[in-house]
Amino acid sequence: MALPDLAKKPQRFTGGHRACAGCGFPITIKIILQAAENPVVVGCATGCMEVTSTIYPYTAWRCSFIHTAFENAAATVSGIEAAYRSLRRQGKIQQDIDFIAFGGDGGTYDIGLQSLSGAMERGHKLVYVCYNNQGYMNTGIQRSSATPRGANTTTTPAGTQLPGKPQHPKDLTAIMAAHDIPYAAQASMSHWNDLYRKAKKAFAVDGPAFLNVLSTCRLGWATAPEDTVDAAEGAVQCNVWPLYEVEQGKWKLTFKPKKPLPVADWMKQQGRFKHLFRADNSQLLESIQQQVDENWQRLLERCGE
Amino acid sequence: MTLSSQTKNLLKAHEEVDAKIEPNAGWRDLPIGAVIPQGGTATQFATGDWRTIRPVWSKEKCINCHRCWLYCPDMSWISEDGRIQGVDLTYCKGCGICANVCPTKVHAIEMHPEDDFKEDEAAKEGGK
Amino acid sequence: MAIAIATQKTAALTGNEAAAQALRQINPDVVAAYPITPQTEIVQLFSTFVSDGLVKTEFVAVESEHSAMSATVGAAAAGARAMTATSSQGLALMWEMLYVAAGMRIPIVMPMVNRALSSPINIHCDHSDSMGARDSGWLQIYSENAQEMYDNLIQAVRIAEHPDVLLPVMVTMDGFIISHGMENVELLPDQAVQDFVGEYNFPYPLLDVEHPRTLGPLTLQDFYFEHKREQAEAVYRAKEVILAAAEEYAAISGRRYGFFEAYRMDDAEYAVVVLGSTAGTAKYVVDGLRQAGEKCGLVKVRVFRPFPGPELCEALSGLKAVGIMDRADTFSTQGGPLFLEVKAALYHAAGQPQCMNFVYGLGGRDIDPELIRQAFVEVKDLMKKPADGVLPIVRYLGVRE
Repeated sequence: MALPDLAKKPQRFTGGHRACAGCGFPITIKIILQAAENPVVVGCATGCMEVTSTIYPYTAWRCSFIHTAFENAAATVSGIEAAYRSLRRQGKIQQDIDFIAFGGDGGTYDIGLQSLSGAMERGHKLVYVCYNNQGYMNTGIQRSSATPRGANTTTTPAGTQLPGKPQHPKDLTAIMAAHDIPYAAQASMSHWNDLYRKAKKAFAVDGPAFLNVLSTCRLGWATAPEDTVDAAEGAVQCNVWPLYEVEQGKWKLTFKPKKPLPVADWMKQQGRFKHLFRADNSQLLESIQQQVDENWQRLLERCGE
Repeated sequence: MTLSSQTKNLLKAHEEVDAKIEPNAGWRDLPIGAVIPQGGTATQFATGDWRTIRPVWSKEKCINCHRCWLYCPDMSWISEDGRIQGVDLTYCKGCGICANVCPTKVHAIEMHPEDDFKEDEAAKEGGK
Repeated sequence: MAIAIATQKTAALTGNEAAAQALRQINPDVVAAYPITPQTEIVQLFSTFVSDGLVKTEFVAVESEHSAMSATVGAAAAGARAMTATSSQGLALMWEMLYVAAGMRIPIVMPMVNRALSSPINIHCDHSDSMGARDSGWLQIYSENAQEMYDNLIQAVRIAEHPDVLLPVMVTMDGFIISHGMENVELLPDQAVQDFVGEYNFPYPLLDVEHPRTLGPLTLQDFYFEHKREQAEAVYRAKEVILAAAEEYAAISGRRYGFFEAYRMDDAEYAVVVLGSTAGTAKYVVDGLRQAGEKCGLVKVRVFRPFPGPELCEALSGLKAVGIMDRADTFSTQGGPLFLEVKAALYHAAGQPQCMNFVYGLGGRDIDPELIRQAFVEVKDLMKKPADGVLPIVRYLGVRE
């Protein structure tokens, strides 16, 4: 699909929403919704996306949309999908409809993990999209289990004793793949074609699909608004955020940086890692690089590279 | 069972797809359950006044790659029939992503401070 | 048009079985539920109806009650009649979503089998679970026995889904005492129930993709209050709808219900007010006392939300003293929740009867006729005493000192 052709399809998410200038997730929404062939019903977890796109009486959604709470987007949409199956079986509805649940990394990795795991395990035909901006950005940049090690957040502030978040992020995409769902993938809004193709696959499978999409939060990452796409691109180029998919249990790398950049190069662009470039944190920086390298090696092995 | 007249009004409110929610509507006149009964009403909310810098597009330089259209978080780039027509400033918050993702060699979008346009616009206003 | 009372089938059923039969006859499009004692049996029985193709329902075996309510809200908002069931900790886990369901005006009907709340953990009956949810915006109907549970569930569908209401309804019965006790229950024919509940018709279904709507938006200082005001009004409107549904239900079943049942109250001078299964035992006690010449009666509250304040006030206003029995405490030093409501209603009563509160039966502690008789004696004593200005009087009945 060429972009000028993609632009010919009517958009289902409008301007006039109240996300920050330079926010990443509207781009993620755009690419995913443009990939859907059928009418969609969207469920959304509490978070920036829901809060900024549905300030009454203004909604940026041109499709059916529901928000109920923070931790239950997957459960809510699984109910909608069950309703659809029931009514379709009864002949009360004929149309093909796609079901999408959106949650940030807070609503997905943390508070919503149980609900997500349940919905995936039950096999509902829905696409769960985590717009992963690596922190609780809506409540003011707190750490999540998706926040990179060393990041300065308001609950892991870089101080004299603690240099930001102590833990590495958990590998949620692998956890979702371990549910043996037909399709799980990791993508980035910076690589639109890769994300678009993965969204297409996610809609096409007969069962649950999970997309973990890196979506820059320029406020939380402390980057310039115009650098939103570059910041996500950098995460991919330095192997912090590898792009891959797990299709029917088969792991496949979908992008391989020609020459992976040092993690420090990516971190330098972002204010949240500023303290890591002090001399006393050089060891931590090395240790982060080492962990990223190990994760990359493990991924290469899983993908048979 | 019969419906109260109040309920009839409420149901009417969400049956009318074009129903507009008035900013000073009393509680009896709003659709129940806080539903917004039609899609895309955010288009009635202009976020353009957040902007401090403005994208200026050169039709001549543009190669129609549509990266601006794709990466604009505010759906501000207008594409018709596969051709970029320019930027709709109603929603543009001036983030500058478009200028940044425009291929370096093309450089069809430049960001300019809003202040640069104040005189022009004042003149336009005066001319009316 | 005169509606003939349907030929009904008598079956020996537990409360849970009666509830499951009601669910089967309502035949919802979606049920999303999670097991919890003492409600589990409802979900289990319903699952067998699904497995045997006796219902058209899509059954979603969710991983928690929070997800049960979330999925039920999603399904009902999608345009399907959706139900769930729970007890105790399960209801507590749903808490957040109870408010969401009510605020979004999602007409869910939920059997709720009353059980004590932890801690300490206890699986037996009291009303602390549903009473904690009394201000969640759900309508609440309490059942004395399995028959009432069955009848109330079927009526609740009509009440919840009436366009004047569009609110979720919780129908309760006492855990184990009713849920696991067997009694004869009159069942309507399946078709009569289907005709009574009619088609589900949610006004803004998500699956109506031609009309995209946004449900559950962020509403701020400029609109939230108006949304809540309309929600409050719907609860007022529910009163009329509840009575109308009861009237229509009486026409097909021969069983008549109101906001409450006044038992031997005509010339009563003192009375007790109860909820749920205790009413059965209390009626037996009243009969005995009446035989002994006592002018006493009983009021069994059926509809707790909306609370029939003015109606109860009228029913109790001729009395000299009233004892209100609560199977829950509010831990506020002000007595149980039913007491608080009744006392507030009595503020406007002519002559203002003296009133006192009996908190009893927590964690399934048995309430036997002797204890209830004791309560009547205390209420009668209260009638004799002048008001001493130290009200409220809260007694803990049946607890070891």
